[in-house]
Amino acid sequence: MSATKKLRVVHYINQFYAGIGGEEKADHKPEIREGVVGPGVALKAVFGNDAEITHTVICGDGYFNENLETAKKELISMIKGANPDLFVAGPAFNAGRYGVACGTICDLVQKELGIATVSGMYRENPGVDMYKKDVYIIETNNSAVDMKNAAPKMAKLGLKLARKEEIGASIEEGYLPGMSRINFFDYARGSKRAVDMLLKKLAGQPFVTEYPMPDFDRVEPGKPIKDMKKATIALVTSGGIVPKGNPDHIESSSASKYGEYDIKGVNDLTEKTHETAHGGYDPLYANQDSDRVLPVDVLRDLEKEGKIGKLHNLFYTTTGNGTSIKNSREFAAEFAQKLVAAKVDAVILTST
Amino acid sequence: MVKEIEKTGIPVVHVCTVTPISITVGANRIVPAIAIPYPFGNPAKTSQEEKQIRRKLVETALNALTTPVTEQTIFEVK
Repeated sequence: MSATKKLRVVHYINQFYAGIGGEEKADHKPEIREGVVGPGVALKAVFGNDAEITHTVICGDGYFNENLETAKKELISMIKGANPDLFVAGPAFNAGRYGVACGTICDLVQKELGIATVSGMYRENPGVDMYKKDVYIIETNNSAVDMKNAAPKMAKLGLKLARKEEIGASIEEGYLPGMSRINFFDYARGSKRAVDMLLKKLAGQPFVTEYPMPDFDRVEPGKPIKDMKKATIALVTSGGIVPKGNPDHIESSSASKYGEYDIKGVNDLTEKTHETAHGGYDPLYANQDSDRVLPVDVLRDLEKEGKIGKLHNLFYTTTGNGTSIKNSREFAAEFAQKLVAAKVDAVILTST
Repeated sequence: MVKEIEKTGIPVVHVCTVTPISITVGANRIVPAIAIPYPFGNPAKTSQEEKQIRRKLVETALNALTTPVTEQTIFEVK
């Protein structure tokens, strides 16, 4: 490839960034358009004369994740037809389904078409843990405000990958660690760097570890229920089901609290009694009938039929949309103690 | 949330549509749901059929809770 050749780039974005719509358009089917759409403008500016975004591929996040195999086939054939030298997806920031879609499609483009790919995500995006070992993912902040910082890094790394140039370590290029390790010469040998780090630590100055401890955050599976007929089952959801009117004002995204609500004597959630506070998915179906997210009606039936001991009279709820891992952990650590105190035997946790 | 609850020893079954996220997060018992905006339903069906679908899903979830697991396991609705 001559150094002067302008590289062809295909850019992948979701329905939101394409300006098609929010969650009500998440079922948008894959389409390909010529030229730049939405955030592609920022990439185009940094690509300059080195590369041109010839096409933009758009797919709804809901459609992608719910029709995975079909969506993959449709998208790969569109991308192949555009004949790119480089494929760029996102950045997805902290949008979970978008991140998963970006990672999945990058991985597929590399494997099936042999084309270089790069994406961008916030480190807590579930797409990161799924694809950081296979796809170069530039680390971004958790919102689209970070585009100006993400675009140059994605473009620079993308160009290097497409030109098959040598790729530096994650700390130099700005991608999330997970790919093959890279050898490089540092400013001093390890013993000196360790002492420098220690001195900084003692002086209360900021320092960066060279080897973060791996985070094996797994929990032992709970013991199975022996006799379901005697068991108390509790419902928990990240789908934001709340009593009509959302009395505690649980935020539609980035929740700062959870709700605890009484369903004593409630046999069915209806349009009149319950709704969802969740902002990230189309709320129409949950607002019509919240049993579609929190199956109270069926559990009451099973309770009456004696198939379960009883349904716990309190349920716990928050919105999973963009809510930080730290907050989710704190909410659950707190209400888990309440579940223990109430002698709940098992939990059905539902997510949208 | 799944892990914080399960840490106390209470078994949790996670019913969700995008199961790869659940695997990444670390749920041990997972049941695939219908769709993101209506995990336990299907507005295209009659309300009676929809409740049948929901019941099957809940029964699969309860079955998962009575099944011993040693690693992350996905329980498909039969």
